[in-house]
Amino acid sequence: MQALAPASPQVAPAGRTLDVDNLTVRYGSAVAVDGVSLAIEPGEVVALLGPSGCGKTTLLRVIAGFVRQAGGRVLVDGTGIDHLPANQRNVGIVFQNYALFPHMTVTENVAYGLRARGQRGAAVDQRVERMLDMVQLGAFRERLPRQLSGGQQQRVALARALAVEPSILLLDEPFAALDRNLRLDMQIEVKRLQRQLGLTTILVTHDQDEAMSVADRIAVMNKGTVEQFDTPVAIYDRPKTLFVNGFIGTTNLLPGKVMAVVGDTATVALDAGATVRLPAQGIAAGSSVILSVRPEQLVLSPVATADSWPIEPGLSLPLGSQLVHEARAAGGTALKIVEPRRRSASETQRRFCALTPDARPSLFPRSTHPATE
Amino acid sequence: MSITTAAHDPSGPSGHLPSFAREARLRLAEWQLALPLSLAFAALFLAPLLLLVATSFFNDDKITQPGFASWAKFFGDPFNYKVIFDTLLLGLKTVCATVVVGYPLALVYMDLSPRLQKVLLFIIVMPMLLSVVVRTFAWIVVLGREGVVNQTLLWLGLISEPLRLLQTELGLVISLTQIEMPLMLLPLISVMSRLDPNLRDASAALGASRWRTLFTVIVPLSMPGLVAGCLLVFASSTTAFISQTVIGGVRLIYLPLLIWQQSLVVYNWPLAAVASLSLVVSVLTVIAALSYLGRRSSRHLHG
Repeated sequence: MQALAPASPQVAPAGRTLDVDNLTVRYGSAVAVDGVSLAIEPGEVVALLGPSGCGKTTLLRVIAGFVRQAGGRVLVDGTGIDHLPANQRNVGIVFQNYALFPHMTVTENVAYGLRARGQRGAAVDQRVERMLDMVQLGAFRERLPRQLSGGQQQRVALARALAVEPSILLLDEPFAALDRNLRLDMQIEVKRLQRQLGLTTILVTHDQDEAMSVADRIAVMNKGTVEQFDTPVAIYDRPKTLFVNGFIGTTNLLPGKVMAVVGDTATVALDAGATVRLPAQGIAAGSSVILSVRPEQLVLSPVATADSWPIEPGLSLPLGSQLVHEARAAGGTALKIVEPRRRSASETQRRFCALTPDARPSLFPRSTHPATE
Repeated sequence: MSITTAAHDPSGPSGHLPSFAREARLRLAEWQLALPLSLAFAALFLAPLLLLVATSFFNDDKITQPGFASWAKFFGDPFNYKVIFDTLLLGLKTVCATVVVGYPLALVYMDLSPRLQKVLLFIIVMPMLLSVVVRTFAWIVVLGREGVVNQTLLWLGLISEPLRLLQTELGLVISLTQIEMPLMLLPLISVMSRLDPNLRDASAALGASRWRTLFTVIVPLSMPGLVAGCLLVFASSTTAFISQTVIGGVRLIYLPLLIWQQSLVVYNWPLAAVASLSLVVSVLTVIAALSYLGRRSSRHLHG
């Protein structure tokens, strides 16, 4: 770490802007990416988050130049790179399986990009040395990839990608193959390096926790389109669509009907049997809605009130410092309620559920509720 | 110390013995599985080979007088050295031709869709599905004076009179290349299809051209398949008696033809045995050298 400080000013390339403009990719008749636009700031980490088959990896492969788009453009610092083949784009990429060259030592792997650019001699050696110091693998330079652990292999892959001073760094599910503890270490490490180098970075992942912890902004993708592109906190607290809402974090979906809208407060009668008041935007009285509530925004109580509804308590599971309760509301809607774990000697039957005072549930029109959710 | 005592007293000083004994018994069981093949090998391969060695140490074709005369006669004749050399050279030429044609074909195969891969694989395996005699006579039709190649070249006006392709080494190498191609392609394809496709992308993203990727990544990593293919093609083409004789004719003499003449025409079995052993030893020497080089170049892949 200490050795880095003097090296980093020479290493650091200025962060580039990356613009994806109305990009469309087709595989035969299937549309993998459908008119995606993203404007990414210099030095920003953007996570492409979505279920498998949502087009996030395809988008990454277009930026890297491995896949040709059917329409739209990719611009780095405002200049189109679509006409360039992959080997002239100067894009660093780390694959999920690292794709290290198995017949080359760590040193040869890291030097590969420099050699491919025609660099020779001491300059290459110095650069390789500095990259290996940066990822703290100086002691392993003569090892072959298969003699390294998963985390070490990933560091090599990272050093190899960074050695050529790429203008953009692409990470394709880079932490998926690591076990839980190592994953967190590597996430911190990658974030540290990225900050230090000021590299504009795109991270493809299907793991929402990873996206939340590593990315400055998250593009949630579904079926080839971006559903929401915003900061992790905004996406968690103010999901724009039911898909985003369901994909990020756990949520409870409560169907209901808007009874009245007064000013910006809506009165919603839940099918579960309670009437709640919520801030409402663009929701008309009389419309059917889905109320989405995070598990930590619900409380259980032993007594009934006007804004609580009866439930049938189910299992309670301890989850780290929290306790997760399962319950069923009238009509069979499954609920999850999370509360801090505390000693409760005399557990009275808490048969009623309500929103916490600071709850900010999201309201979605019922028609957008997908059948599969 | 028997196994039963150890098993009765697992807590004693020899308490570790049962596991050792179990391991020994397991190894014996594995041996038993290999026994039928080992016996067949001993009876049908090792015994005839020993018989061959024994036969070679007789002086006369009646096999009555033991001695070294046959060896002296065979290696005293410079013509025989030329035959050995030609045989090995034929193998090497065929290997080179199958590599030059086969390697690009294997690369094309990797880029095809699974459906087209099946079609290509069928075409590749096709020569193996036909009788060697049929394949060889088909090549006579193709390469003959009135054959397809000559007709086409004449029609195109590239030549004014038919080329002599049959009974030449060129014609023989061309036909052996096609006949032995599956032996090159099958190991090559099996190794190449196990290569991580991301390696190619990783190389490109690092700035390497296609050629650089081919020679620094794909060729080194496909070396085990390439070496296996070369060994098979070499061993098969140097001993391809039917093709050598039918296409090469009697003007081109290779070791298999020499052996056939000595054993079934002249009935000099001791001399045929010497020639056979020369073929076995010379081919095995080249194969050992090739596989040694191959192992050295792909040491990184398996410990």
